[in-house]
Amino acid sequence: MANPRTFQIQEISAHPGPVPGRGTRREEQVCKYIDVTTCIGCKACEVACVEWNDHPFRETTFNDTYQTMPTTEWNYYNLIKFAEDEHDGNLRWLLRKDQCMHCEDPGCLRACPADGAIIKYENGIVDFQQENCIGCGYCISGCPFDIPKFKADTRKVYKCTLCSDRVGQGLEPACVKSCPTGCLKFGTKSDMVQIAGLRAKQLREVSGFADAGVYNPESIGGTHVIYVLHDIKRPERYGLPANPIIPPSYTYWKWIAKPTGLILGLLGIGAVFFHRVFYGPKLPDPQVPEVRTGPRDEVEAGRKEKP
Amino acid sequence: MSATNFDEKARREFARIGTTRVRRGELLRHPVYTRFLHWSVAIFFILSLLTGFAIYSPWLFHWITPFFGGGPRTRFLHPWFGLVFEVFFFFQFLNWMAPMAWTEADRRWMKRVRQYATNEEGPESEDVGFFNGGQKMYFWAIVVCGILFLITGIIMWFDNVFGRWLVAVSYVIHDIAALVMLAGFIIHVYEGTAHQPGTFRSMIDGTVTEEWADTHHPAWYRTATDSREEAQKAQK
Repeated sequence: MANPRTFQIQEISAHPGPVPGRGTRREEQVCKYIDVTTCIGCKACEVACVEWNDHPFRETTFNDTYQTMPTTEWNYYNLIKFAEDEHDGNLRWLLRKDQCMHCEDPGCLRACPADGAIIKYENGIVDFQQENCIGCGYCISGCPFDIPKFKADTRKVYKCTLCSDRVGQGLEPACVKSCPTGCLKFGTKSDMVQIAGLRAKQLREVSGFADAGVYNPESIGGTHVIYVLHDIKRPERYGLPANPIIPPSYTYWKWIAKPTGLILGLLGIGAVFFHRVFYGPKLPDPQVPEVRTGPRDEVEAGRKEKP
Repeated sequence: MSATNFDEKARREFARIGTTRVRRGELLRHPVYTRFLHWSVAIFFILSLLTGFAIYSPWLFHWITPFFGGGPRTRFLHPWFGLVFEVFFFFQFLNWMAPMAWTEADRRWMKRVRQYATNEEGPESEDVGFFNGGQKMYFWAIVVCGILFLITGIIMWFDNVFGRWLVAVSYVIHDIAALVMLAGFIIHVYEGTAHQPGTFRSMIDGTVTEEWADTHHPAWYRTATDSREEAQKAQK
């Protein structure tokens, strides 16, 4: 894909006035907007995701809910979660489309030790490159949203790509394309944040949801999938962590302690080599004393089997 | 059957299958069973170390993975190598539990470790038995690290059971245990080969020279020759 700026004209010979398009910049950051308040749980996005990614239909596990299956799977990136919630003495569903959040600071990428197995594009999409994956599963524990899924037979990990193949060609993700209610939108990050803010304001002021707000957690630098929630104060009710964090072992340990350990190991090998050069071998004393006075090894003397 | 009984039976059975030829001026140091356990532990430790390196820093050690059939296969094999290491080391633990017991002599040895490392003291101190303080330190470090490897390894192996935070902590503990083992392993190989000539054969042929025993493990040398003399007297 050519960079759109490659063919941006800088100067024009004998041209009166400014160069058309000069100085304008296209925002590269993309974002998916999910308004959970207008989701009807039709699962069209689930079908569109399976179709676009050419995944086979898989058997599901029934867990006494209306959900298709308990969690997303290696070949089922997109799942509507049907959280059952009590509201004014009645049951209500909190419908949330669950998929990769495409974090600005991705825990999976921080945790991954394999060169090139996880990449993040300039536009914010976090994508797995299965040919470089070694199947260690570190990304699974690095992710605050329980998204990467291990496939046992290929021993690789898979997750939602935010349809990076479609986005690269100027199309919206398959789930957004299929949504009949318009609760899914796709565009630049700033546009989506603005629309989400307006919708949350409308919910607060017009629809009577006093705590409505936008879920775009700052603890991981924001996400490239944002939610409008009825109740931003309690995201746990939708199955979202209030304060998603990456384990420090993947930030500090990986980049400071791991290389330090390796350097110490190399120094150790060098140290024993030069120890031999500096101090020489410890050779047996050729003089075996005739009279052997001195302490005995009491433990050895007491053992039935010698030595 | 108690653990020590099992160990003694295993020693007898292995001594029946294999042989250790003790020539004149030599002493039996490691019987067949001990040698078998040592090299089984060593092989699976090295396999775990190599596959572990490839997972620890693939960007540096990805050249190791083709020997094990690629990255995912390396990752698949690592826990199995580790498990076999643990099993063999468990039997080595039974085998060496008694002579590795920490004594007053080892406490004194640790105080002299600087002089020992710089070859200042010449022959070992009079009270050093079958194993010296450093060897015992390494043994007990492997026992501790082996337990840590097993616990954290199982957590990482079945990561979907134990949850994200326990797994994240396990990686760090597993790595630290591996670095401690690596440091011990480097020193162990060096002391057993280049630094102390005459030591390596004790793990291959099972024997050492009397001079070697008197120099490095004087208290054991005396005990071993005492029992030999007693046997000779009894024969007469």
